Amino acid sequence: MTATTIRLTVNRRSCTARVAVRTTLADMLRDELHLTGTHLGCEHGVCGACTVLLDGQSVRSCLVLAVQAAGRDVTTVEGLDGPEADRLRAAFASHHALQCGYCTPGFLIAATEALARTPISREQLVRELSGNLCRCTGYQSILDAVVSVADAAGGLE
Amino acid sequence: MKLPAFEYVAPRSLEEVLTTLEQLGDEAKVLAGGQSLLPLMAFRLAQPAVLIDLANVHGLDGLSAGDEGLTLGALVTHRNVELNRDLGHGFEAIVDAVPLIGHVAIRNRGTVGGSVAHADPQAEWPALLLLFDATVNASNSRGERSIDADGFFTGWFTTGLHDDELLTGVGLRRPPPSARSAFVEIARRHGDFALAGAAVVLDISDGEVSEARVALVGSSSTPRRASESEASLIGSPLDAAAIRQASEIAVQCVDESSESDTSKARYRQRAVRVVTERALRLAGDRALNAAA
Repeated sequence: MTATTIRLTVNRRSCTARVAVRTTLADMLRDELHLTGTHLGCEHGVCGACTVLLDGQSVRSCLVLAVQAAGRDVTTVEGLDGPEADRLRAAFASHHALQCGYCTPGFLIAATEALARTPISREQLVRELSGNLCRCTGYQSILDAVVSVADAAGGLE
Repeated sequence: MKLPAFEYVAPRSLEEVLTTLEQLGDEAKVLAGGQSLLPLMAFRLAQPAVLIDLANVHGLDGLSAGDEGLTLGALVTHRNVELNRDLGHGFEAIVDAVPLIGHVAIRNRGTVGGSVAHADPQAEWPALLLLFDATVNASNSRGERSIDADGFFTGWFTTGLHDDELLTGVGLRRPPPSARSAFVEIARRHGDFALAGAAVVLDISDGEVSEARVALVGSSSTPRRASESEASLIGSPLDAAAIRQASEIAVQCVDESSESDTSKARYRQRAVRVVTERALRLAGDRALNAAA
Protein backbone atom coordinates (compact mmCIF):
# COMPACT_ATOMS: atom_id res chain seq x y z
CA MET A 1 0.00 0.00 0.00
CA THR A 2 1.07 3.60 -0.43
CA ALA A 3 -1.66 5.29 1.62
CA THR A 4 -4.10 4.13 4.23
CA THR A 5 -6.58 5.24 6.87
CA ILE A 6 -5.49 4.58 10.39
CA ARG A 7 -7.23 4.69 13.72
CA LEU A 8 -5.33 5.36 16.90
CA THR A 9 -5.69 6.95 20.29
CA VAL A 10 -3.99 10.29 20.81
CA ASN A 11 -4.11 11.95 24.21
CA ARG A 12 -6.89 9.59 25.22
CA ARG A 13 -9.08 10.46 22.26
CA SER A 14 -9.83 8.20 19.30
CA CYS A 15 -8.57 9.65 16.05
CA THR A 16 -8.71 8.71 12.42
CA ALA A 17 -6.38 9.96 9.74
CA ARG A 18 -5.66 9.24 6.10
CA VAL A 19 -1.91 9.18 5.54
CA ALA A 20 0.65 8.25 2.95
CA VAL A 21 2.73 5.36 4.24
CA ARG A 22 5.81 7.57 4.09
CA THR A 23 4.25 10.06 6.51
CA THR A 24 5.94 9.98 9.87
CA LEU A 25 4.01 9.95 13.12
CA ALA A 26 5.41 13.45 13.76
CA ASP A 27 4.00 14.82 10.51
CA MET A 28 0.68 13.12 11.03
CA LEU A 29 0.31 14.56 14.52
CA ARG A 30 1.15 18.03 13.27
CA ASP A 31 -0.48 18.15 9.85
CA GLU A 32 -3.50 15.85 10.18
CA LEU A 33 -4.33 16.17 13.86
CA HIS A 34 -3.12 19.75 14.26
CA LEU A 35 -1.20 18.89 17.40
CA THR A 36 1.72 21.18 16.72
CA GLY A 37 3.30 20.87 20.15
CA THR A 38 5.47 18.08 18.77
CA HIS A 39 8.31 19.84 16.97
CA LEU A 40 10.55 18.91 14.07
CA GLY A 41 14.24 19.64 14.64
CA CYS A 42 16.53 17.29 12.80
CA GLU A 43 14.05 14.75 11.38
CA HIS A 44 16.60 11.98 11.79
CA GLY A 45 16.31 11.08 15.43
CA VAL A 46 19.13 12.92 17.15
CA CYS A 47 17.63 16.12 18.57
CA GLY A 48 14.65 14.83 20.54
CA ALA A 49 12.30 17.71 19.73
CA CYS A 50 9.78 15.27 18.26
CA THR A 51 9.69 12.92 21.26
CA VAL A 52 6.24 11.56 22.16
CA LEU A 53 5.03 8.60 24.17
CA LEU A 54 3.92 5.54 22.18
CA ASP A 55 2.16 3.01 24.40
CA GLY A 56 3.78 4.79 27.34
CA GLN A 57 7.34 4.70 25.99
CA SER A 58 9.27 7.66 24.64
CA VAL A 59 9.95 7.44 20.90
CA ARG A 60 11.21 9.72 18.16
CA SER A 61 8.04 10.42 16.28
CA CYS A 62 10.17 11.36 13.25
CA LEU A 63 11.42 7.77 13.22
CA VAL A 64 8.03 6.10 13.52
CA LEU A 65 5.82 5.79 10.47
CA ALA A 66 2.28 6.96 11.10
CA VAL A 67 1.02 3.56 9.97
CA GLN A 68 3.11 1.93 12.69
CA ALA A 69 1.05 3.80 15.29
CA ALA A 70 -2.24 2.34 14.05
CA GLY A 71 -4.26 0.92 16.92
CA ARG A 72 -1.82 2.29 19.46
CA ASP A 73 -1.79 4.90 22.16
CA VAL A 74 0.09 8.16 21.64
CA THR A 75 0.67 10.90 24.18
CA THR A 76 1.97 14.25 22.98
CA VAL A 77 2.93 17.24 25.07
CA GLU A 78 -0.65 18.48 24.71
CA GLY A 79 -1.76 15.33 26.50
CA LEU A 80 0.43 15.68 29.58
CA ASP A 81 -2.05 16.49 32.30
CA GLY A 82 -2.70 15.74 35.91
CA PRO A 83 -0.95 16.93 39.04
CA GLU A 84 2.43 15.46 38.15
CA ALA A 85 2.45 17.14 34.76
CA ASP A 86 1.36 20.40 36.37
CA ARG A 87 4.27 20.17 38.83
CA LEU A 88 6.70 19.47 35.99
CA ARG A 89 5.52 22.45 33.98
CA ALA A 90 5.58 24.68 37.06
CA ALA A 91 9.14 23.56 37.79
CA PHE A 92 10.19 24.36 34.20
CA ALA A 93 8.72 27.83 34.58
CA SER A 94 10.21 28.56 37.99
CA HIS A 95 13.66 27.25 37.03
CA HIS A 96 13.73 29.11 33.68
CA ALA A 97 14.07 25.77 31.91
CA LEU A 98 12.87 27.17 28.61
CA GLN A 99 13.64 30.18 26.45
CA CYS A 100 12.50 29.71 22.88
CA GLY A 101 10.56 26.63 23.89
CA TYR A 102 11.40 24.60 20.79
CA CYS A 103 12.96 21.68 22.66
CA THR A 104 10.57 21.90 25.59
CA PRO A 105 7.84 19.49 24.48
CA GLY A 106 10.46 16.80 23.86
CA PHE A 107 12.04 17.44 27.25
CA LEU A 108 8.68 17.31 29.02
CA ILE A 109 7.92 13.93 27.47
CA ALA A 110 11.40 12.58 28.23
CA ALA A 111 11.22 13.91 31.79
CA THR A 112 7.77 12.38 32.28
CA GLU A 113 9.17 9.00 31.32
CA ALA A 114 12.31 9.38 33.43
CA LEU A 115 10.37 10.52 36.50
CA ALA A 116 8.11 7.48 36.26
CA ARG A 117 11.12 5.35 37.15
CA THR A 118 12.09 6.87 40.49
CA PRO A 119 14.08 6.66 42.65
CA ILE A 120 16.58 8.25 40.32
CA SER A 121 19.80 10.19 40.79
CA ARG A 122 20.77 13.47 39.13
CA GLU A 123 23.49 11.57 37.23
CA GLN A 124 20.95 9.09 35.91
CA LEU A 125 18.61 11.94 34.95
CA VAL A 126 21.45 13.51 32.98
CA ARG A 127 21.78 10.26 31.04
CA GLU A 128 18.04 9.83 30.55
CA LEU A 129 17.65 13.38 29.24
CA SER A 130 20.84 13.40 27.16
CA GLY A 131 18.88 12.53 24.05
CA ASN A 132 17.22 15.94 23.97
CA LEU A 133 19.18 18.91 22.64
CA CYS A 134 18.65 22.52 23.70
CA ARG A 135 20.29 25.51 22.06
CA CYS A 136 19.15 28.14 24.52
CA THR A 137 19.42 27.22 28.17
CA GLY A 138 22.67 25.35 28.59
CA TYR A 139 20.71 22.46 30.16
CA GLN A 140 21.39 23.18 33.85
CA SER A 141 18.05 24.89 34.40
CA ILE A 142 16.26 21.99 32.70
CA LEU A 143 18.05 19.50 34.93
CA ASP A 144 17.37 21.60 38.01
CA ALA A 145 13.68 21.66 37.14
CA VAL A 146 13.41 17.90 36.66
CA VAL A 147 15.56 17.17 39.71
CA SER A 148 13.35 19.42 41.82
CA VAL A 149 10.27 17.46 40.78
CA ALA A 150 11.92 14.17 41.63
CA ASP A 151 13.08 15.59 44.94
CA ALA A 152 9.69 16.98 45.90
CA ALA A 153 8.17 13.57 45.24
CA GLY A 154 10.77 11.93 47.44
CA GLY A 155 12.25 10.11 44.46
CA LEU A 156 15.68 11.71 44.21
CA GLU A 157 18.62 9.48 45.09
CA MET B 1 14.29 15.54 4.27
CA LYS B 2 10.97 13.78 4.31
CA LEU B 3 11.05 10.09 3.52
CA PRO B 4 11.05 9.02 -0.13
CA ALA B 5 8.05 7.17 -1.50
CA PHE B 6 7.81 3.43 -0.95
CA GLU B 7 5.31 0.59 -0.85
CA TYR B 8 4.55 -0.72 2.62
CA VAL B 9 3.55 -4.22 3.67
CA ALA B 10 3.06 -5.55 7.19
CA PRO B 11 2.89 -9.36 6.97
CA ARG B 12 1.14 -11.19 9.75
CA SER B 13 3.43 -14.21 9.82
CA LEU B 14 7.07 -15.13 9.39
CA GLU B 15 6.14 -17.27 6.38
CA GLU B 16 4.55 -14.29 4.69
CA VAL B 17 7.65 -12.19 5.39
CA LEU B 18 9.89 -14.83 3.83
CA THR B 19 7.68 -15.25 0.77
CA THR B 20 7.69 -11.51 0.27
CA LEU B 21 11.48 -11.37 0.62
CA GLU B 22 11.82 -14.21 -1.88
CA GLN B 23 9.69 -12.34 -4.39
CA LEU B 24 11.23 -8.92 -3.92
CA GLY B 25 14.86 -9.64 -3.03
CA ASP B 26 16.93 -6.49 -2.90
CA GLU B 27 14.01 -4.22 -3.83
CA ALA B 28 12.77 -4.56 -0.28
CA LYS B 29 14.15 -3.65 3.11
CA VAL B 30 12.95 -5.13 6.35
CA LEU B 31 11.68 -2.61 8.89
CA ALA B 32 12.17 -3.54 12.52
CA GLY B 33 12.67 -0.61 14.91
CA GLY B 34 13.51 1.77 12.09
CA GLN B 35 16.08 3.67 14.14
CA SER B 36 18.83 3.04 11.58
CA LEU B 37 16.83 2.52 8.39
CA LEU B 38 14.50 5.51 8.64
CA PRO B 39 17.30 8.06 9.22
CA LEU B 40 19.09 6.61 6.16
CA MET B 41 15.91 7.04 4.17
CA ALA B 42 15.45 10.57 5.51
CA PHE B 43 18.90 11.36 4.11
CA ARG B 44 17.95 9.58 0.87
CA LEU B 45 20.96 7.28 1.37
CA ALA B 46 18.55 4.35 1.14
CA GLN B 47 15.47 4.32 -1.09
CA PRO B 48 13.98 0.85 -0.96
CA ALA B 49 10.97 0.30 -3.19
CA VAL B 50 9.23 -1.70 -0.48
CA LEU B 51 9.37 -1.75 3.30
CA ILE B 52 8.43 -5.01 4.99
CA ASP B 53 7.34 -4.12 8.52
CA LEU B 54 7.86 -6.91 11.06
CA ALA B 55 5.56 -5.32 13.64
CA ASN B 56 2.76 -7.86 13.16
CA VAL B 57 4.97 -10.95 13.24
CA HIS B 58 4.80 -12.83 16.52
CA GLY B 59 7.48 -14.89 18.15
CA LEU B 60 10.54 -12.84 17.27
CA ASP B 61 10.84 -10.95 20.54
CA GLY B 62 11.80 -13.66 23.00
CA LEU B 63 14.63 -13.09 25.48
CA SER B 64 15.89 -16.10 27.36
CA ALA B 65 18.93 -16.31 29.64
CA GLY B 66 19.99 -19.81 30.60
CA ASP B 67 23.10 -21.65 31.71
CA GLU B 68 24.22 -22.15 28.12
CA GLY B 69 23.77 -18.55 27.10
CA LEU B 70 21.47 -15.80 26.00
CA THR B 71 18.95 -16.13 23.20
CA LEU B 72 17.55 -12.94 21.75
CA GLY B 73 14.83 -12.79 19.15
CA ALA B 74 15.47 -10.30 16.37
CA LEU B 75 12.77 -7.92 17.60
CA VAL B 76 14.01 -7.70 21.18
CA THR B 77 14.55 -3.99 21.76
CA HIS B 78 17.73 -2.61 23.27
CA ARG B 79 15.53 -1.30 26.08
CA ASN B 80 14.21 -4.83 26.82
CA VAL B 81 17.80 -5.97 27.31
CA GLU B 82 18.74 -2.88 29.29
CA LEU B 83 15.93 -3.36 31.79
CA ASN B 84 16.54 -7.08 32.23
CA ARG B 85 18.32 -7.67 35.51
CA ASP B 86 18.70 -11.43 35.08
CA LEU B 87 21.23 -11.84 32.29
CA GLY B 88 23.50 -13.61 34.76
CA HIS B 89 27.24 -13.92 35.25
CA GLY B 90 29.59 -13.43 32.33
CA PHE B 91 27.37 -11.03 30.41
CA GLU B 92 28.48 -7.88 32.23
CA ALA B 93 29.72 -6.47 28.90
CA ILE B 94 26.14 -6.44 27.66
CA VAL B 95 24.98 -4.63 30.79
CA ASP B 96 27.78 -2.08 30.22
CA ALA B 97 27.17 -1.65 26.51
CA VAL B 98 23.42 -1.46 25.98
CA PRO B 99 22.81 1.79 27.92
CA LEU B 100 25.37 3.37 25.59
CA ILE B 101 23.28 2.69 22.50
CA GLY B 102 21.81 6.03 21.47
CA HIS B 103 19.26 7.33 23.95
CA VAL B 104 16.21 5.93 25.73
CA ALA B 105 13.81 6.84 22.91
CA ILE B 106 16.09 5.12 20.39
CA ARG B 107 16.45 2.05 22.60
CA ASN B 108 12.68 1.82 23.05
CA ARG B 109 12.33 1.11 19.32
CA GLY B 110 15.70 -0.12 18.09
CA THR B 111 16.17 -3.87 17.98
CA VAL B 112 19.04 -6.30 18.45
CA GLY B 113 18.28 -7.95 15.11
CA GLY B 114 18.20 -4.62 13.36
CA SER B 115 21.55 -3.59 14.83
CA VAL B 116 23.17 -6.88 13.84
CA ALA B 117 21.73 -6.90 10.31
CA HIS B 118 22.65 -3.25 9.79
CA ALA B 119 26.24 -3.99 10.82
CA ASP B 120 27.41 -0.48 11.53
CA PRO B 121 31.09 -0.91 12.44
CA GLN B 122 30.66 1.65 15.24
CA ALA B 123 27.73 -0.16 16.82
CA GLU B 124 27.97 -2.18 20.00
CA TRP B 125 25.99 -5.36 19.26
CA PRO B 126 28.20 -6.69 16.44
CA ALA B 127 31.25 -6.58 18.73
CA LEU B 128 29.30 -8.22 21.54
CA LEU B 129 28.35 -11.05 19.18
CA LEU B 130 32.00 -11.60 18.30
CA LEU B 131 32.95 -11.51 21.96
CA PHE B 132 30.46 -14.15 22.99
CA ASP B 133 31.03 -16.53 20.05
CA ALA B 134 27.48 -15.93 18.96
CA THR B 135 25.41 -17.55 16.28
CA VAL B 136 23.07 -15.60 14.04
CA ASN B 137 19.87 -17.35 13.03
CA ALA B 138 18.40 -16.60 9.64
CA SER B 139 15.47 -17.95 7.68
CA ASN B 140 14.33 -17.85 4.12
CA SER B 141 11.38 -19.53 2.47
CA ARG B 142 13.43 -22.70 2.00
CA GLY B 143 14.60 -23.14 5.57
CA GLU B 144 16.76 -21.89 8.41
CA ARG B 145 20.45 -21.69 9.07
CA SER B 146 22.76 -20.72 11.91
CA ILE B 147 25.70 -18.52 11.00
CA ASP B 148 28.74 -18.04 13.23
CA ALA B 149 29.23 -14.42 14.18
CA ASP B 150 32.90 -14.89 13.33
CA GLY B 151 32.82 -14.18 9.61
CA PHE B 152 29.25 -12.85 9.59
CA PHE B 153 30.31 -9.20 9.40
CA THR B 154 32.08 -8.87 6.07
CA GLY B 155 32.49 -5.13 5.55
CA TRP B 156 30.95 -1.69 5.95
CA PHE B 157 27.28 -2.30 6.73
CA THR B 158 27.62 -5.71 5.07
CA THR B 159 26.85 -9.14 6.46
CA GLY B 160 26.59 -12.69 5.22
CA LEU B 161 22.79 -12.47 5.05
CA HIS B 162 21.32 -13.13 1.62
CA ASP B 163 18.71 -10.83 0.10
CA ASP B 164 15.95 -13.36 0.69
CA GLU B 165 16.86 -14.04 4.31
CA LEU B 166 15.45 -12.64 7.52
CA LEU B 167 17.61 -12.50 10.63
CA THR B 168 15.36 -14.09 13.26
CA GLY B 169 17.55 -14.09 16.33
CA VAL B 170 20.97 -14.42 17.90
CA GLY B 171 22.40 -16.77 20.49
CA LEU B 172 25.30 -15.66 22.69
CA ARG B 173 27.37 -18.25 24.55
CA ARG B 174 27.77 -17.74 28.28
CA PRO B 175 31.44 -17.64 29.40
CA PRO B 176 32.58 -20.12 32.10
CA PRO B 177 31.22 -19.56 35.62
CA SER B 178 34.35 -17.82 36.92
CA ALA B 179 34.78 -15.54 33.88
CA ARG B 180 33.65 -11.95 33.79
CA SER B 181 33.31 -9.42 30.99
CA ALA B 182 33.30 -5.67 30.44
CA PHE B 183 32.63 -3.12 27.73
CA VAL B 184 34.17 0.34 27.57
CA GLU B 185 33.75 2.86 24.79
CA ILE B 186 34.84 6.39 23.97
CA ALA B 187 32.28 8.57 22.25
CA ARG B 188 32.19 12.31 21.76
CA ARG B 189 28.90 12.60 23.60
CA HIS B 190 26.87 10.13 25.58
CA GLY B 191 24.83 8.10 23.15
CA ASP B 192 26.98 8.79 20.10
CA PHE B 193 28.40 5.94 18.07
CA ALA B 194 31.67 4.67 19.53
CA LEU B 195 34.90 6.21 18.29
CA ALA B 196 36.48 3.14 19.83
CA GLY B 197 35.12 0.40 22.04
CA ALA B 198 36.50 -2.73 23.64
CA ALA B 199 34.51 -5.72 24.80
CA VAL B 200 36.48 -8.24 26.83
CA VAL B 201 36.00 -11.54 28.64
CA LEU B 202 38.57 -12.65 31.21
CA ASP B 203 38.85 -15.80 33.25
CA ILE B 204 41.49 -16.00 35.96
CA SER B 205 42.50 -19.15 37.80
CA ASP B 206 45.34 -19.49 40.30
CA GLY B 207 46.34 -15.90 39.64
CA GLU B 208 46.81 -16.41 35.90
CA VAL B 209 44.62 -15.54 32.95
CA SER B 210 43.13 -18.77 31.64
CA GLU B 211 40.87 -17.23 29.03
CA ALA B 212 40.94 -13.86 27.32
CA ARG B 213 38.76 -12.46 24.58
CA VAL B 214 38.94 -8.95 23.19
CA ALA B 215 36.52 -7.63 20.57
CA LEU B 216 37.02 -4.13 19.19
CA VAL B 217 34.52 -1.57 17.93
CA GLY B 218 35.63 1.13 15.53
CA SER B 219 39.02 -0.29 14.60
CA SER B 220 38.01 -1.32 11.12
CA SER B 221 35.11 -1.69 8.72
CA THR B 222 33.87 -4.55 10.89
CA PRO B 223 34.16 -5.47 14.57
CA ARG B 224 37.28 -7.53 15.17
CA ARG B 225 38.68 -9.94 17.69
CA ALA B 226 42.15 -8.81 18.76
CA SER B 227 43.52 -12.34 18.76
CA GLU B 228 47.15 -11.35 19.32
CA SER B 229 46.13 -9.31 22.36
CA GLU B 230 44.22 -12.30 23.61
CA ALA B 231 47.22 -14.58 23.18
CA SER B 232 49.48 -12.16 25.03
CA LEU B 233 47.19 -12.31 28.06
CA ILE B 234 46.94 -16.07 28.42
CA GLY B 235 49.11 -17.25 31.33
CA SER B 236 49.89 -13.70 32.44
CA PRO B 237 49.13 -12.48 35.98
CA LEU B 238 46.98 -9.68 34.53
CA ASP B 239 49.16 -7.03 36.10
CA ALA B 240 49.56 -3.48 34.78
CA ALA B 241 52.35 -4.56 32.43
CA ALA B 242 50.32 -7.38 30.89
CA ILE B 243 47.33 -5.10 30.40
CA ARG B 244 49.45 -2.35 28.84
CA GLN B 245 51.11 -4.81 26.50
CA ALA B 246 47.79 -6.33 25.42
CA SER B 247 46.35 -2.87 24.81
CA GLU B 248 49.33 -1.83 22.69
CA ILE B 249 49.03 -5.01 20.63
CA ALA B 250 45.33 -4.28 20.09
CA VAL B 251 46.30 -1.06 18.35
CA GLN B 252 47.60 -3.16 15.47
CA CYS B 253 43.98 -4.04 14.71
CA VAL B 254 43.22 -0.45 13.79
CA ASP B 255 42.87 -0.36 10.04
CA GLU B 256 44.66 2.81 9.02
CA SER B 257 43.35 2.62 5.49
CA SER B 258 39.83 3.09 6.77
CA GLU B 259 40.71 6.69 7.62
CA SER B 260 41.70 9.16 4.94
CA ASP B 261 43.27 11.49 7.48
CA THR B 262 46.25 9.95 9.26
CA SER B 263 45.78 12.06 12.35
CA LYS B 264 42.36 10.52 12.79
CA ALA B 265 43.94 7.08 12.49
CA ARG B 266 46.46 8.00 15.20
CA TYR B 267 43.61 9.17 17.43
CA ARG B 268 41.73 5.96 16.86
CA GLN B 269 44.84 3.96 17.67
CA ARG B 270 45.18 5.79 20.95
CA ALA B 271 41.47 5.44 21.68
CA VAL B 272 41.60 1.69 21.01
CA ARG B 273 44.56 1.35 23.36
CA VAL B 274 42.78 3.26 26.11
CA VAL B 275 39.45 1.45 25.89
CA THR B 276 41.18 -1.94 25.73
CA GLU B 277 43.16 -1.09 28.83
CA ARG B 278 40.10 0.15 30.71
CA ALA B 279 37.98 -2.83 29.71
CA LEU B 280 40.69 -5.30 30.71
CA ARG B 281 41.06 -3.65 34.11
CA LEU B 282 37.30 -3.64 34.65
CA ALA B 283 36.80 -7.25 33.60
CA GLY B 284 39.87 -8.26 35.60
CA ASP B 285 38.56 -6.62 38.76
CA ARG B 286 35.22 -8.31 38.27
CA ALA B 287 36.83 -11.71 37.72
CA LEU B 288 39.03 -11.32 40.81
CA ASN B 289 36.05 -10.25 42.92
CA ALA B 290 34.10 -13.22 41.67
CA ALA B 291 36.88 -15.56 42.74
CA ALA B 292 37.20 -13.94 46.17
